[in-house]
Amino acid sequence: MQPVGAVVPLKVDIAEKTFRSARGVSITALQDLSFEVRQGEFACLLGPSGCGKTTTLRILLGLDKDFSGSFQLPQGGSNRIAAVFQEPTLLPWRTVEQNVRLALPKSLRAKNLDGLFDTLGLAGMRSLYPAELSLGLARRAALARAFATEPAVLFLDEPFVSLDEQTAERLRHLLLTVWSARPTTALMVTHNLREALMLSDRIIVLAPRPTHVLGVFDVRLPRQHRNSQVMSDLLRSFHHRFPDVT
Amino acid sequence: MTALGTDGTRDAPPSMSGRRSLATALVPALTVAVSLLALCLLWNLAASVWPSRAFPGPAQVWQVLLREAANGDLFYHLGVTLGRVAAAYIVAMIIGSVIGVLLGSYRRVDRFFNPWVILFLNIPALVVIVLGYIWFGLNEAAAIGAVAVNKIPNVVVTMREGARTLDPSYAEMATVYRFGRLDRIRHILLPQLQPYLAAASRSGISLIWKIVLVVELLGRSNGVGFQIHLYFQLFDVAAILAYTLAFVAVMLFIELLLVQPVERHATRWRRRPA
Ligand SMILES: Nc1ncnc2c1ncn2[C@@H]1O[C@H](COP(=O)(O)OP(=O)(O)O)[C@@H](O)[C@H]1O
Ligand SMILES: [Mg+2]
Repeated sequence: MQPVGAVVPLKVDIAEKTFRSARGVSITALQDLSFEVRQGEFACLLGPSGCGKTTTLRILLGLDKDFSGSFQLPQGGSNRIAAVFQEPTLLPWRTVEQNVRLALPKSLRAKNLDGLFDTLGLAGMRSLYPAELSLGLARRAALARAFATEPAVLFLDEPFVSLDEQTAERLRHLLLTVWSARPTTALMVTHNLREALMLSDRIIVLAPRPTHVLGVFDVRLPRQHRNSQVMSDLLRSFHHRFPDVT
Repeated sequence: MTALGTDGTRDAPPSMSGRRSLATALVPALTVAVSLLALCLLWNLAASVWPSRAFPGPAQVWQVLLREAANGDLFYHLGVTLGRVAAAYIVAMIIGSVIGVLLGSYRRVDRFFNPWVILFLNIPALVVIVLGYIWFGLNEAAAIGAVAVNKIPNVVVTMREGARTLDPSYAEMATVYRFGRLDRIRHILLPQLQPYLAAASRSGISLIWKIVLVVELLGRSNGVGFQIHLYFQLFDVAAILAYTLAFVAVMLFIELLLVQPVERHATRWRRRPA
């Protein structure tokens, strides 16, 4: 599909990542993990709990430099990265709006955020402190912060975990809305297959620890056509290709 | 006792919440005033039972206070001492915080320097002051430096504790979103250290002003400590008490009008319920 010579926006080639504890016990989390995410594509890393998804994201975010291998982040455009962490990680001593603006580069600090806050249903909460928000609202604020920076690539680490299903579903739709307004190369980590099928263009399926890629499942269908009938078809064909993955 | 109790409950029936909240605001202030008044009366009584030049009553002290205020000496010396307290406080807080955060962040560095901290914690204030004056001369820098050195180890210990509680996830968020150095200090580091800064400040101010008096007594020619030394040689206890009480009052005002409001402002995000 890719024309010859086109830039690969996100290219990951991690040979190995091993944790060494102080007592000399070592855990190999990643082994020969390589995959690509294309420009403007929403990809999901799907794998069981504890397989090394967060570890992978932390390496890509530059937070863990102790690994062997290499990766290449998208070049061109803003050259910025944004992350929605497993916890909202808002600064409790700053308001919602301050939290969002602080993450912006100086040149964008004063930009108009009305549209983004409106879309995410945060318009009335800009001056609240994070402690005054429910977890669902705090997650929305974390999404607002990530999208406000207009990143070249966006990383999300199970952003809907520990929410009730109804809230999680509403947030998935909100995520799709803001993402569609400005499609950004995105890599989301999840262990929820239904979520991955609903949101992504391609699903990168990971093995249990030490993790590597089992295979890639492309979802070519436009998202607005993924109704419940289509979703169960997708589920069936996914299970057909990956019978061991739940 | 019982009469007082029933009176109290009749005064503030549950329905009259407005009056009650006014009462709850006034009662502590009133208690303080009455308590201080009682202390003055007791002092007055004692002074009249044992009349002595070494034990003047509150009226005499008040007279000296008015005299010193009228000729301007009081405010001059209070101002000088306050300036030294402020300078020593700022120097000690900055140096102590930087060292404390470094020790709290790097375990190996902490292991190496911890004995030094313990050593400095246990050097008597007087020794530091005397050595400061010997090594650096009887000057302002030596005076303020000696006070700061006395306080720095306490700040280091408190801020080291604070640095150990720093949440790495905020620093990681700041790395991902490329916060500048100043933004990191202002929005990530300082807010997390705020309770420890407040604790170090509180214990700091009261320790520092007491040491400043000693420094002034030993090697300065102005300030409250110098005046106390002067009146000690003149055996003028009324003047000693006048200066002491005036300075205590100033420090309490600073606590009330500066430290507490600043703290309230810094912790405003904490007080609102979830
Ligand atoms: N700092 C660490 N030290 C030691 N082991 C770790 C560390 N972080 C993660 N691990 C181990 O690496 C594996 C992968 O963790 P993680 O990437 O968090 O999994 P998940 O896929 O659930 O996000 C887990 O088995 C975990 O125990
Ligand atoms: Mg994880």
